Amino acid sequence: MTSPFQASSSSNSSIRDLIRHNQDKKSFRKTIEVWIPRFLFLLASLSVLTTVGILIILLTEAIEFFKTVPILDFFTGTVLKPLSQTPAFGILPLVMGTLVSSGIAILVAGPIGLMAAIYLSEYASRRVRSVLKPALELLAGVPTIVYGFFAFTFVTPLLRQWIPSLEATNILSPGLVMGVMIIPMIASLSEDAMRSVPQAMREGSAALGSTKLETALKVVVPAALSGIIASFVLGISRALGETMIVAIASGSSKNFTFDITESMQTMTAYIVEVTSGDAAAGSTVYYSLYAVAMTLFATTLLMNLLAGKIARKFREVY
Amino acid sequence: MLHTRQSPNSSRIRFRLLADRSAKIMFGAAALFGIVIMGILLVRITSEGLSWLSLDFLTGRFSTTPERAGIMGAVLGTFWLLAVVVPVTMLVGIGSAVYLELYSKNGKIRTFIQTNIGNLAGVPSIVFGILGLTVFVRALGFGSVVLAGGLTLSLLILPIVIVSAQEALRSVPHQLGDASYALGASKWQTIQSVILPVALPSILTGAILALSRAIGETAPLVVLGIPALLIPFPGGILDRFTVLPMQIYYWTLDAALVADYAHLAAAASIVLLISLFLLNGSAIYLRNKYTIKA
Repeated sequence: MTSPFQASSSSNSSIRDLIRHNQDKKSFRKTIEVWIPRFLFLLASLSVLTTVGILIILLTEAIEFFKTVPILDFFTGTVLKPLSQTPAFGILPLVMGTLVSSGIAILVAGPIGLMAAIYLSEYASRRVRSVLKPALELLAGVPTIVYGFFAFTFVTPLLRQWIPSLEATNILSPGLVMGVMIIPMIASLSEDAMRSVPQAMREGSAALGSTKLETALKVVVPAALSGIIASFVLGISRALGETMIVAIASGSSKNFTFDITESMQTMTAYIVEVTSGDAAAGSTVYYSLYAVAMTLFATTLLMNLLAGKIARKFREVY
Repeated sequence: MLHTRQSPNSSRIRFRLLADRSAKIMFGAAALFGIVIMGILLVRITSEGLSWLSLDFLTGRFSTTPERAGIMGAVLGTFWLLAVVVPVTMLVGIGSAVYLELYSKNGKIRTFIQTNIGNLAGVPSIVFGILGLTVFVRALGFGSVVLAGGLTLSLLILPIVIVSAQEALRSVPHQLGDASYALGASKWQTIQSVILPVALPSILTGAILALSRAIGETAPLVVLGIPALLIPFPGGILDRFTVLPMQIYYWTLDAALVADYAHLAAAASIVLLISLFLLNGSAIYLRNKYTIKA
């Protein structure tokens, strides 16, 4: 056995190595501590870059479009004939199709979603809730293409038995199915709003002799109104941007009409039609894509900001 | 006196109770409405497509003859798509969430990025398609290949992944981090070996739900020019590809021409729905199994 003192010179150098090694490790760790946050910041700013990218692309290409089609003609034109010999680019038929289909959707989803939310929040026992809520979540998870298939091959033929004048592609059927699609969204957001109403308010109302219905309609719903309205606005915004259901079931006629039994085209369906055809890059039809997309983007963005503002501004503070 | 006052009152009370009871039934029916419609949808798709669902259909190539058509190409396409979407969204999604939750001071930059993510989540998916078409397909010259589709879908689901990962990180008890610092660990060491492992199950749950959204998405892919009628199988991320929703789309549109296409669309929908239910189910299982009991 060697004494530690005998090997002093060699152990000295090995300790020095150890210290140096440790210092290297430390400085490596320090470098990591400095660079990791910078790298993560880059990753986080990617989402900002996405927004900037969308804005720049839509704006520059739309401006290119407005060089050939005056901006006023585009937003006030009621005729859209992109592929005709004498093309006309008025967005109003698409706006009409979008508004009508989203209008039908919210007429279905608004009342049903709100009533479902009242049931879940005020009436349902914990056990019923624990079954109903996941089932509604499943409904929200069905891909829109499957809803489109359902609208086109089931809902439309069914409706045509009652409304013989209904065309094979029409705006009514996709509107209804879009309504079903956004029920879970409205129900779940409205329910969240109602559940955040303090229990004491319900108890106060019950103590005054109200029935559950009276408490729900006169106390809970008014108290949660900002959240409920916000959920409606978000639902409409979702319907405005919905693509596959209308692309399949409402056809591609660019009708400027209020007749819901007719085929109408939405902004989203127009984008699908133009991109699945072969519009040459650089043609007016190609650029019209960006003008329509910009309109859609601006509309949904405004609706979403509005929803956020309503939810924040008119929130009751307890 | 008492009698005359009581009788209108008691009929009024009876009416109020009746209104309450009928409202309960009506509200309950509204809550069931969506589920009933979903039941009809499932029955409808099953009755249309189940008899067309066979091993040959699952493993076959695309064909214009309905009896010989299969979806293997679309299944492989989805596989390659995920090979792009999963790494990109996990890296960028978790990275962004870690930055926002653990590194950024509660300052303007954080609020700005956070607001921006919130707004991105509300942008219609078709607009992401236009972004992908302009940037990945045209400007970078990828063409309508897996890489372009995968990056586009990644951007689409990133807001969902980031927000759910943030919630997961926020739910980690801060004592764990404090204990790690007390032992002399640095910030990144703490994040890497304490916070992330604890948050991982919830992060994965959110990520799986977001992935199922990407798998069912059609609109951006249509805009990117992804074909539905593709015979060769994709073998890598630079190959052209197709996915199930695209095949359903074209089969549905052409059902007016070839009646049997409706059955093919229904059969493909069954496959798509079953895979999504399995994915979502596994996410919920994961959530229930690993939820931190704080």
